[in-house]
Amino acid sequence: MKRDSTAQTLLVATLLCVVCSVIVASAAVGLRHFQLENKQLDQKKNVLIAAGLIEEGVAVSQQEIDRLFSEKIHRVLINLKTGKVVDSSVVDVENYDQREAASDPARSQSIEPVADLARIKRREKYAFVYEVVGAGGSVDQLVLPIYGKGLWSTLYGFLALASDGNTVRGITFYEHGETAGLGAEVENPKWRAIWPGKQVFDESGDIRLEVLKGHVPPTSPDVKYKVDGISGATITSKGVSQLIRYWLGPDAFGPFLEQFHQQGQGTDA
Amino acid sequence: MPETKAKDVLIDPIFRNNPIALQVLGICSALAVTTKVETSVAMALSVIFVLGCSNAAVSLIRNFIPTNIRIIVQMTIIASLVIVVDQMLQAFAFDASKQMSVFVGLIITNCIVMGRAEAFAMKNPPLISALDGIGNAIGYSVILLVVGFVRELFGSGAIWGYQVFPLSTEGGWYVANGLLLLPPSAFFIIGLFIWVLRTFKPEQVEQEG
Repeated sequence: MKRDSTAQTLLVATLLCVVCSVIVASAAVGLRHFQLENKQLDQKKNVLIAAGLIEEGVAVSQQEIDRLFSEKIHRVLINLKTGKVVDSSVVDVENYDQREAASDPARSQSIEPVADLARIKRREKYAFVYEVVGAGGSVDQLVLPIYGKGLWSTLYGFLALASDGNTVRGITFYEHGETAGLGAEVENPKWRAIWPGKQVFDESGDIRLEVLKGHVPPTSPDVKYKVDGISGATITSKGVSQLIRYWLGPDAFGPFLEQFHQQGQGTDA
Repeated sequence: MPETKAKDVLIDPIFRNNPIALQVLGICSALAVTTKVETSVAMALSVIFVLGCSNAAVSLIRNFIPTNIRIIVQMTIIASLVIVVDQMLQAFAFDASKQMSVFVGLIITNCIVMGRAEAFAMKNPPLISALDGIGNAIGYSVILLVVGFVRELFGSGAIWGYQVFPLSTEGGWYVANGLLLLPPSAFFIIGLFIWVLRTFKPEQVEQEG
């Protein structure tokens, strides 16, 4: 068989593809276990960063993260519709995979297009809430998982609220596929440092928190509801506003936050 | 091609025939991942692995590759290796892989990798090709580390994440040079590196006209 014959060309191409796909597939399958572990650890770390329990950029060992997480964080599963805590008689809370549930038709529900601010089309019925236990066993902060579309990708993150269910304590994004240097700046600690202290709801209970395009003038009366936009990433910034509006709104964590407020679990009650 | 010596193909690309400084290839990734020494090292190791393996693999089947589809065959091999590296980083160096994000995938488009496959591995036996790949990748790595070192030290006052110069924003004396954290600053550093290199090795200076 000649080297440049059609038969040889097809043969080489086919063999190459088979060999390469076997190598790639076995790497992906063989390493999945380690990758999953890393991802779970990264999520725990981001919960802790959002809550301000560990500092960004400081190396923290896995044991330290696990210790802090089990000591300070109380994870509860919430039925988003009712806002009530779900126990293991309804769902296997321990092994509940929120990401998987979000795309499973049996465990998720579609969102009305008008209400779908985060542009995620479906959302899971049950979502985790990470309660940060403060001194004396009271709930000091709530860390809520949030996600929604930016420009290219779905952004996944956590938003930490103080015990009044209104004041932002911190925000993180741990997974996204936005443009490096532009939309990916949602990860930038300097930008995220603007968030703590901002208010979500106004007196009448409307969600006012949003990311503006450009800089927020410090004299603006609404400065406590507004966050500077990321330059060069208008659509990502808008996505962040919208996904917060969705996840804190009546269609998602709204009922839970309302009950949390009424129960007066907060220290301000 | 004259008899090529193992030592020469390994050592030459580091200073005498550096892929970035002399051939000016692979600049894009050298700008992107060099804000910190740590990511530079991860990128350097990834490229050494990919380039060594891809050169060996291409060379191994060089006599079977039909000329018409040789580029796509090389790309397939390189792309597969890059995916393997990306998977390994996600498994064992998660933080570095998060920071490098898309740039690991972009090793596929690094001109040095394709350049060596086409220029060297297609014409030489596997072992010497692997050495050539590793040598060129080390040449690339040297620049990456120098640029990463300068950018992290003067851009954030740190080396490998450890604060060396106390920053003025945290009460120290060092005012960090923000320009060095932006990609274009790597051009200046690479430019200075080429200048120094050509001062010591004047034969690398291109003839005018």
